[in-house]
Amino acid sequence: MAAHAAHEHPPGFAHQFEDTAQQKEAGTLGMWAFLVTEILFFGGMFASYIIYRSLHLAGFIIGSHLLEVKFGATNTAVLICSSLTMALAIRSAQTGKGRGQIIWWLILTMILGTLFLFLKFTFEWRNDYVEHIVPSAYFGFQYRPEWGANAPYVQMFMCFYFFMTGLHALHMVVGLGILTVLVIMTARNKFSSEYYSPLEISGLYWHFVDIVWIFLFPLLYLIGGLYRQ
Amino acid sequence: MSEHSGHTGHVVPVSIYVSVFLALMVGTALTTGVAYINLGRWNTVVALAIAVTKMLLVVLFFMHVKYATGLTRVVIICGFFWLGIMITLSCADELTRAWEINAVGWDGIIPFLVRLF
Repeated sequence: MAAHAAHEHPPGFAHQFEDTAQQKEAGTLGMWAFLVTEILFFGGMFASYIIYRSLHLAGFIIGSHLLEVKFGATNTAVLICSSLTMALAIRSAQTGKGRGQIIWWLILTMILGTLFLFLKFTFEWRNDYVEHIVPSAYFGFQYRPEWGANAPYVQMFMCFYFFMTGLHALHMVVGLGILTVLVIMTARNKFSSEYYSPLEISGLYWHFVDIVWIFLFPLLYLIGGLYRQ
Repeated sequence: MSEHSGHTGHVVPVSIYVSVFLALMVGTALTTGVAYINLGRWNTVVALAIAVTKMLLVVLFFMHVKYATGLTRVVIICGFFWLGIMITLSCADELTRAWEINAVGWDGIIPFLVRLF
């Protein structure tokens, strides 16, 4: 390796690695180490949800009925589409397609991610505000007579709903920022079939956020007790 | 340059990506539809089983773990194992606080476990 002249190295190759395969594995492994901390970060909320749902199921069922399944299901589909377009963006780089094609898939991913946030903010959260079911004194959360003694636990469910989907939405916003950087890097011809690690590990992040939603959708919208009318 | 070629990662065929995508969409429709059928406590089990299946499809194909090295796989499995420890021990604490083992024996744990679903 030492005999290699600088011009023989593939683009994006860092000198501390033996070869591009080792560099790629180091990047992937490092990203997964970060994603493991993210799993435990969201996992704390999921653990709390599991315990409080088991203790106050009746309140959680009422709370789940306050959410609209059509928005949850639509947003699940939107995120799955965005995962496909992200995977295709990486594949375009792997197979040495031009930067135009990579940028097209990245921008399509960003449009779908923005659509997700748009549906969540302007329809779901706005409706919740209008209906006075956003916890916190400032948003005027109102107990309804039909909730009876379960009212505090309906409020607790809505707290879980806003913290879990809010944290997820924050990750989506960060993801959109990362995608913006990737579009700029692609436009500057930083990637090739030899080097596309930033695309690959950003893809891991985007798919991870998709997986969190795959669990949030049934947990909040469906198994809160939709079927127990 | 020749020694670097062939190390740029596994290229997954578009047909696999599209198949996984369609399976995820079917899974979403299935989990939504099944929620309207009253299966009692099994609704939770079915919903989580579909969610785990969807997660595995995303992890194995979209996140390329099917083609990853053993080291990466071990790190991922450790992550989920730690998640399991966190959830199991948290539940073991919370759900057994009202459990009088001397009065009802080991069978007395079952009502607490059933409450999870």
